[in-house]
Amino acid sequence: MALEVILFWICSVTSVVAALFVILHRNPILSALALLASLFAVAGLFITLQAPFLAAIQILIYAGAVMVLFIFVIMLLNLQKDPERFAPQGVPVTLRFALGLWVFIGLSIPILWTAFTWAMPPTPGAYSVSHLAELLFDQYLLPFELTSFLLLVAMVGGVVLAKKS
Amino acid sequence: MIGLTHYLMLSSILFSLGVLGVLLRRNLLIIFMSIELMLNSVNLAWVSIANFSNRLDGQIFVFFVITVAAAEAAVGLALIISIFRLKPTTHIDELNQLKG
Amino acid sequence: MLETILFAPLLGFLINGLIQRYRLTKLPIAIIGCGSVLISFVSAFYIFLQFLEDPPSWRLLTTTLFEWIPTLGVDVSLKMDALSILLTLVVTGVGFLIHLYSVHYMEKDSGFGRYFAYLNLFTFSMLLLVLANNLLLLFIGWEGVGLCSYLLIGFWYEDPLKAQAGKKAFLVNRIGDFAFLLGLFLTFQTFGTLNIESLSQWTFGPDHANVITWITLLFFIGACGKSAQIPLYVWLPDAMAGPTPVSALIHAATMVTAGVYMIARLHFLYLQSPLTLSIVAGIGLLTALFSASMAFFQNDIKKVLAYSTISQLGFMFLAMGVGAFVSGIFHLITHAFFKALLFLAAGSVIHALHEEQNIQNMGGLHQRLPLTHVVFLFGTLAILGFPPFSGFFSKDEILWYAFQHHFMVWFLGWLASLMTTYYMVRLFTLVFYRKSSHEGEQHLHEAPPLMALSLIVLALLSAIGGWIGVPHIFHIDHFLNHFLGPVFQTLPESHGTPATEWGLMAWTTLTSLGVAIWTFLSFHTDKAWLTHFKLKFSKLHRLIEQKYYVDEFYHFMLVAPIRNLCIFAWKKIDTLFIDGFFNGLASWATALGLKLSLLQNGNTQTYAIIFMIGVIGILMSLWI
Repeated sequence: MALEVILFWICSVTSVVAALFVILHRNPILSALALLASLFAVAGLFITLQAPFLAAIQILIYAGAVMVLFIFVIMLLNLQKDPERFAPQGVPVTLRFALGLWVFIGLSIPILWTAFTWAMPPTPGAYSVSHLAELLFDQYLLPFELTSFLLLVAMVGGVVLAKKS
Repeated sequence: MIGLTHYLMLSSILFSLGVLGVLLRRNLLIIFMSIELMLNSVNLAWVSIANFSNRLDGQIFVFFVITVAAAEAAVGLALIISIFRLKPTTHIDELNQLKG
Repeated sequence: MLETILFAPLLGFLINGLIQRYRLTKLPIAIIGCGSVLISFVSAFYIFLQFLEDPPSWRLLTTTLFEWIPTLGVDVSLKMDALSILLTLVVTGVGFLIHLYSVHYMEKDSGFGRYFAYLNLFTFSMLLLVLANNLLLLFIGWEGVGLCSYLLIGFWYEDPLKAQAGKKAFLVNRIGDFAFLLGLFLTFQTFGTLNIESLSQWTFGPDHANVITWITLLFFIGACGKSAQIPLYVWLPDAMAGPTPVSALIHAATMVTAGVYMIARLHFLYLQSPLTLSIVAGIGLLTALFSASMAFFQNDIKKVLAYSTISQLGFMFLAMGVGAFVSGIFHLITHAFFKALLFLAAGSVIHALHEEQNIQNMGGLHQRLPLTHVVFLFGTLAILGFPPFSGFFSKDEILWYAFQHHFMVWFLGWLASLMTTYYMVRLFTLVFYRKSSHEGEQHLHEAPPLMALSLIVLALLSAIGGWIGVPHIFHIDHFLNHFLGPVFQTLPESHGTPATEWGLMAWTTLTSLGVAIWTFLSFHTDKAWLTHFKLKFSKLHRLIEQKYYVDEFYHFMLVAPIRNLCIFAWKKIDTLFIDGFFNGLASWATALGLKLSLLQNGNTQTYAIIFMIGVIGILMSLWI
């Protein structure tokens, strides 16, 4: 039990700090790397939540493919450091900050007010990939197929959009 | 003991940070990354609820979310590249041609 | 059989109405137009012969075409009895003659087809009115003839004055129609049916008396509009703007008699209300005198005849008012003959003199237009009531029953007939006998054959038509009393001695003769006394010549205020308020749109901000 508590706190703090880094740093490359770190931390949290497969998927695809793509694009566009990042036009900074804060408050209050009666499941490791697969290819077959179609469309779209005419 | 509340609070913190990123930053790519951050926080929420309700459905949804996020990232980045070819900036205040 | 009578003219209207736009040759149009009316006449005549053989209770023919409005109990059902057969014969017979006349009269007109189409439509509507078995159908015919009157008066609509005359006719008629409608409503509300036969079988109780008075009065107001009695007569003189055959048919023989027919049809209601009958007689008498006076100084040949019509209609209403229904119908028939004749003869004169209508410019025509002169004379003698012409029998019968009622009624009626003598002889003399400036001109053409035929037939009818109603003192059967009497079930009292009757007859005839001779001599040569009279009584003369300024009065009291109200409504309310409101609404929407479009500044982050505000809103709803 204690291990899980320690793991939770380490991963959660890492993810929050990394997220802060993402949104605050000048250098876009470093922001991307920070996001990577945040994703890793969340993958760790997935493991504590008995979703090891998903943790693996997250690292492989999200961190491994998507973030790499991001870094590729940043390097392709040769983005430099961004000093005047907080000099917005239009709506002032304070207002934007207040909005973000308000979103947080709006989310937290229902969470804190609800008394969740659920507890951690009795045995860790109760769920496995095969269970997941059973659900995926049985009940959620249609969304699965549609998602594959979506991927195809995205692939074609990406190629068409990005090629030089 | 770490309960559902903790995980959900973490999720909301990450989500709000993503929102702040979208609202505060000028650079298009950073904004995009903040959106990914938001998606990530939602994934966390899904999985934690799946865990605490003893069902696997939440994990399935995370599966799909990750897939869709990947697709979206691909297309979005392709768009950014083609916009960049048009006007070599990623500063969001300069990309305002679609005005009413 | 009844359907043939009714629908032949309708068919004629449809065919002529559809083909008239192609401006074909006149012959097919004329054949269809006249032929359809001829078919109706022949069918009606056949039925009439049948009726003559049948005993009175069998003189009835009804057909129901279809059920129409069940909730009102109204079917499209037609009835032919002794009363309607006579009117049908008049409408179709005189109508046919006038159709024939029109073939030549209107031959140069470009609207030839349209004219015949309208005439046929009119005949259809009039027949519908006469043959209707319920009041609603009658009203439809009533409105239909009003419509055709409007169409035909304003036939030459390019002339704004003529179009206005048509409008005036329609509007004044409308006032009467409104009263008629109220009467219909009241009838239905009281008796629950609009069927004439059912109403005639009704036993009326004393509690019905009040409402029946209202109903009959309302119907009578409608009749005032249609039959040009006071105060709704003002359209008839203006209606002379239409072609002369139209004036002959509609405004002499048939449409204007619809009111008289209506009272005859609903006599059982009128007999329940002595008050209304008195009003009918009073208005009739007053109108007869009033319009006869207006005819004294008119200089348009058709206008004189128009006022004469109004006056004679007054006589008919007088007859109805004293309960002499048969006499009223008798006068209706004879009037149809001689007034149509007079109008058609006037048309012949107008035609010959190339559209000249002012009698002061005429004269000396008795040699140049012999046929027209003779027939006009026949018509004049008939309207004056000279024996043995038709007018003598019908008018004297009315005066006789008036005498039964009250001496004063007879006296005023006699006065009116003297006035009739005066203006008719004046008209006749000025048109045909006075020395004129036309003397040296070349030969004027007399009426062409078809026109002459109609004139001759009508002249003969005016001469001998009276013999259907000979009073019993002549010891000859009163055909009309026998034929028509059973329809009315009661005849008015006749409690004078034969001597009185002979005496009155002789008195009216001799006084008429005297006035006629005096008038003829006065106008034959321009006597100085006439101008002297005009100077001495110039104000009075002016008053009567200007028709007592009734039109001006109506204009001041009714037309001008309504017109001003309409102009106000148009300028202020419509243009300013309503248009302004909608225009303002539109410009406000445009301004709002312009303001809102500023929201789309192209900045994605702005959109994201607004998005987030929405998200916060949704989140806040979770707190609840």
